[in-house]
Amino acid sequence: MSDANKVTFSPQLVTFIKEWKSKPGNLIMVLHKVQQEIGYISREAADEVAQMLDVPLATIWGVVTFYHFFKLTKPGKHNIQVCMGTACYLKGGQAIIDELDKQLKLQVGEVTKDGNFSLEAVRCVGCCGLAPVMTVGGEVFGKVTKDQVAGIIAKFS
Amino acid sequence: MAFRNYILVCGGTACESSRADQIYKNLIEECKAQGVAEEVQVVKTGCFGFCEQGPIVKILPEDSFYVKVKPEDAKELVSEHIIKGREVTRLLYDKESSRKNAKVEDIKFYQKQFRIVLRNCGFIDPENIDEYIAREGYQALEKALFEMTSEDIIEELKTAGLRGRGGAGFPTWMKWNFSRQAEGAIKYVVCNADEGDPGAYMDRSTLEGDPHSVLEAMTICGKAIGASQGFIYIRAEYPLAIHRLEVAMKQAREYGLLGENILGSGFNFDIEIRLGAGAFVCGEETALLQSIEGKRGMPQPRPPFPAVKGLWGKPTVINNVETWANIPVIITKGGNWFSKIGTADSKGTKVFALTGKIRNSGLVEVPMGTTLREIVFDIGGGIANDKKFKAVQTGGPSGGVITEENLDTPIDFGSLVRIGSMMGSGGMIVMDEDDCIVDVAKFYLNFTVDESCGKCAPCRIGGRSLCNILEKITAGNGTLQDLDTLETIGEAMKKGSLCALGQTAPNPVLSTVKHFKEEYMAHIVDKTCPSGTCKKLVSYSINAEKCIGCTACARKCPVAAISGEKKQVHIIDQATCIKCGVCMETCKFGAVEIH
Repeated sequence: MSDANKVTFSPQLVTFIKEWKSKPGNLIMVLHKVQQEIGYISREAADEVAQMLDVPLATIWGVVTFYHFFKLTKPGKHNIQVCMGTACYLKGGQAIIDELDKQLKLQVGEVTKDGNFSLEAVRCVGCCGLAPVMTVGGEVFGKVTKDQVAGIIAKFS
Repeated sequence: MAFRNYILVCGGTACESSRADQIYKNLIEECKAQGVAEEVQVVKTGCFGFCEQGPIVKILPEDSFYVKVKPEDAKELVSEHIIKGREVTRLLYDKESSRKNAKVEDIKFYQKQFRIVLRNCGFIDPENIDEYIAREGYQALEKALFEMTSEDIIEELKTAGLRGRGGAGFPTWMKWNFSRQAEGAIKYVVCNADEGDPGAYMDRSTLEGDPHSVLEAMTICGKAIGASQGFIYIRAEYPLAIHRLEVAMKQAREYGLLGENILGSGFNFDIEIRLGAGAFVCGEETALLQSIEGKRGMPQPRPPFPAVKGLWGKPTVINNVETWANIPVIITKGGNWFSKIGTADSKGTKVFALTGKIRNSGLVEVPMGTTLREIVFDIGGGIANDKKFKAVQTGGPSGGVITEENLDTPIDFGSLVRIGSMMGSGGMIVMDEDDCIVDVAKFYLNFTVDESCGKCAPCRIGGRSLCNILEKITAGNGTLQDLDTLETIGEAMKKGSLCALGQTAPNPVLSTVKHFKEEYMAHIVDKTCPSGTCKKLVSYSINAEKCIGCTACARKCPVAAISGEKKQVHIIDQATCIKCGVCMETCKFGAVEIH
């Protein structure tokens, strides 16, 4: 591991990890906090957590890869989530994904070349009354039609 | 101090995303600006349930129900309704009616509903414990701590006949009783708020609208089984619900309703939040416990059941959010009262997330025994855009489809199983004639394949095989033999899988094959998709009589598959066409047809 990739956790994160170290079942809570701070779980971050919690890296990697919520690659500046829960699927979630691909040359699981957007297809975000739903950086857009997609992403470009 | 008017603004996730927060802030500002801040209280409540019409604002005491409100409407609402006492007609749900019958209980969406679980959603500010207390909150806890023994509490649940709302419908009192009787000084209480069923948001809305009801119930359970620690396992994707739970826990501790020596009774109980991380299988109780322990969420063989040997090997009661929310009411009003609601098989109410191709999407709570027809057509207002009803899917990826012929079945745990579906957690997805049933089955199978933890072979391999066959059928390569194979594999998965995920994963396939065999046959024998959903089975063509040669479709076609001169009939080259459907959307004359 080169020094260039070394991660430095903020003092708050370090304090959080120390607080949780003695609690049983701490790993997922710690990983959430790490992802909240750096946006994903890099190999280097996982190494650091392994050291701090005294848990084998394999255990951490096992957990990180099991859960959809943990990301292994750096997301774009604005992360786009398109809901593919049943209600959104029936009401045209796929059409939104296709439109995003057309507009941004962006496929699910990828990041745009300029690093501005990344795209995820997610399970139900729990706003089924607003189907189909997409979120950009946590902001929810409901009853989205294909024609609105360009306008929504323009707000974040 | 009493206020002249109360303005309730929906603060559920759906309304929040339609800028309800800005409406709330603007209303407060306007009340100040127009000099009525002292007389009016603006409250941000939990979900009203009528998400289709959001954001919703209700003004008391007139009970005026305003829908699709925008932040800029705040000024008018205050100047007209509050100051001049005139309703803002253009924003009322029922614009035609006079003030008298514009009341909430006259809105058809609410008429057949009966609210126990959602009793406080849309009435109180979930971030203010005093409002929960004002509506009989924490009375059940007081009663349980000072007037009831552990046995009394469990007996009350037995009388009530409450069954678990997470899906399986196991009698709640039995779970509690197993844990109470189990040996051990350390026991745990767990709330399952890992609502993973796509198309369902009952638990989210309950936690966002009434978090104290769950805290109170868990504490009562702690007393009943002898536990002093609870955990709420909640999806990380629900930030608002997590926030409201944290606020509620803090307030409850300050009031001496959570923590050490609760209400001076000497009983200690506290709750911690643990976050899920997006794994559907963690809704299964043994997998959920693994996840709380910080591990991969793999289900474990049962028995031993968690009630006897659960979290860190200790006796653990796990109930779902909706089950918890019922409990304070049962303790306060008595099991007898509760047992009078519902059917012989299932007591109380059930909350459903009514979504899909329905006119009034939203969250509905009805007594057990209500028919699907009442839910879909009376409460839900029927199918959107006047399309034809096709089926209702209940139970999410574990359930099945219910067709027209069974719409009059009174819903309870038993009846839904008898008609080939299941209660599940409460997702209710309505489908219309435009939805392809094979595609829907494939959607659910893709979901369960993706979410299978991979531990046992029937689920891991069986699910993948089902998916491959459905893929083959929707691509026009299916054979009649495939239908038999689907059933054989499905039955094997039901018998052989370790947990409920694998055991129920074939249900969407088996029930659609049973009820919509002709649609499968159309895909297999005629190589057509009647609804036009399966791209590989459809073709587009231009009706020469309707085409006026405007060239609009040719200009929009992304692969230049359409040719034709101006004012001449256009033709689609089938070899080049990628079946994206843009031409059909573009044509203003209905000349593009799908086959």
